[in-house]
Amino acid sequence: MRNTQRSQKIAFFFLFLATLLIVLPVGLIVVIIAQKGMPAINWQFLSDIPRQGMRAGGIFPAIVGTFYLVFGALFFALPMGLLAAVYLSEYAKENLLNRIIKLAIINLSGVPSVVYGLFGLALFVVFLKFGASILSGSLTLGIMILPIIITTSREALESVPQSFREVSLSLGASKWQTIRHIVLPNAIPGILTGTILGLGRAAGETAPILFTVAAFYLPRLPKSIFDQAMALPYHLYVISTQVPNVDEKVRYGTALVLLFLVLVMNLVAIIIRYNFRKKKKW
Amino acid sequence: MADIKVSNLNLWYGDFQALINVNAYFTQKQITAMIGPSGCGKSTLLRVFNRMNDLIEGVRVSGEVLIDTQNIISEETDLVSLRKKVGMVFQRPNPFPLSIYENIAFGQRVHAEGLTKFKLDEIVRDSLQSVLLWDELKDKLNKSALTLSLEQKQRLCIARLIAVKPDILLMDEPCSTLDPQGTSRIEELMRELKNNYTIIIVTHNMQQAARVSDETGFMLLGELVEFGKTQDIFTNPKDKRTEDYITGRYG
Ligand SMILES: Nc1ncnc2c1ncn2[C@@H]1O[C@H](COP(=O)(O)OP(=O)(O)O)[C@@H](O)[C@H]1O
Ligand SMILES: [Mg+2]
Repeated sequence: MRNTQRSQKIAFFFLFLATLLIVLPVGLIVVIIAQKGMPAINWQFLSDIPRQGMRAGGIFPAIVGTFYLVFGALFFALPMGLLAAVYLSEYAKENLLNRIIKLAIINLSGVPSVVYGLFGLALFVVFLKFGASILSGSLTLGIMILPIIITTSREALESVPQSFREVSLSLGASKWQTIRHIVLPNAIPGILTGTILGLGRAAGETAPILFTVAAFYLPRLPKSIFDQAMALPYHLYVISTQVPNVDEKVRYGTALVLLFLVLVMNLVAIIIRYNFRKKKKW
Repeated sequence: MADIKVSNLNLWYGDFQALINVNAYFTQKQITAMIGPSGCGKSTLLRVFNRMNDLIEGVRVSGEVLIDTQNIISEETDLVSLRKKVGMVFQRPNPFPLSIYENIAFGQRVHAEGLTKFKLDEIVRDSLQSVLLWDELKDKLNKSALTLSLEQKQRLCIARLIAVKPDILLMDEPCSTLDPQGTSRIEELMRELKNNYTIIIVTHNMQQAARVSDETGFMLLGELVEFGKTQDIFTNPKDKRTEDYITGRYG
């Protein structure tokens, strides 16, 4: 008895240590960036265009550009991802084709983001002649987050108990009515969570937008989806490596805004999931 | 209301034959109990009647099952209208995670879109009344059905079914999760309902079969060994295997 208790304590200690090792760097990153970036944050920084070769002024166009790109990506990825997930979880039979599809989706999520960037360049920018534009960038980001949305949506759909489907069908509902009235409503929180996580990823990536949309310096707001745009991650990359003598607080301020956006999105996802878990009773 | 006539029914799960040449007649305004040890094919037989076996891959069926002169195992059967006519109560009470009201209204939402609120209210009330839940629940129709007790949930599931206006009620061990009190109240409800429906109940509880049913079928390893008046089956079984089972010589 004694012995198991002691080994349990030791195990807990190491688990705690491991958790700490994960949490610590994340906390440190947030703290350091917040500390160094906070002095730059003011209304002008958030609402003004960049000035003096991006060494002064604000980052408003980059913030706006990131929003456009994120919601553009969502606009393509959510309907497509959701339909794919519904197909895979509700209609697909266990056969070779569908196993290949599932495998492909898993592999897609492991593809480096720069490869998506090159793919977007080849397909959207060059072949479809969308040029470097919000449209091309959104599509590229959309394809990048598609696996996340499909996978999480599929999990959400599959976690709806089979018995609900059976009852619904046994009451004479068609398969589609069952999906619409019973399966989808119960899967929405999970789908939402996955979508927001995907958005967070889309907001933070540099490589996919590098060749497809990002403008080095465009001190105005984009006019249409065929316009180029600035975006936060790329702007951060530019002022950190391409432009000399940018004040440290401007760089960290930009990083802080980006980090804040992504963290808020993830936080929203966590809150939705938490509330859902609390309510769920089956 | 409708009788069910089963002739030469066979069913295979892949290579495994789960129903072997079953012949039976289920009469309206009666409760028929299907008894037999676990795995003998009782649930499988019930799921033939509303074609829920279609959901399982690799199921093959042969023979004839007549409901209202229609052979429901034929390819052309309209599953929606069959399942409206032949409803099922499951072993575990399984209300949807919706309000009490929406659970009952589900069938109408699916089958009769655009029904007036007034008419829908009426159906919800009638259905709850017929399972004797109306007085208990009329003031909390908007509460989640998941907050109900197990017995209330099972009643609600029966009400949800009744709202679709079926002729035949299939009940697959409907009391197996309930305590003795809940069980006897559901049995009371069944006796009440039998005037309007053809009821088939699967149960592994022989006392229950003896208490509620008019006729009883005993199944063993996919065969319907004996079928007849409940009293005869329990007091004067013709087959040795039936006798062994009801005297407790099987598991
Ligand atoms: N989906 C299935 N696939 C293969 N075999 C099954 C399936 N469902 C049931 N069976 C088999 O069919 C037989 C009858 O099962 P079932 O009808 O559930 O029995 P009961 O309801 O009498 O306990 C059992 O031997 C069971 O293992
Ligand atoms: Mg069973």
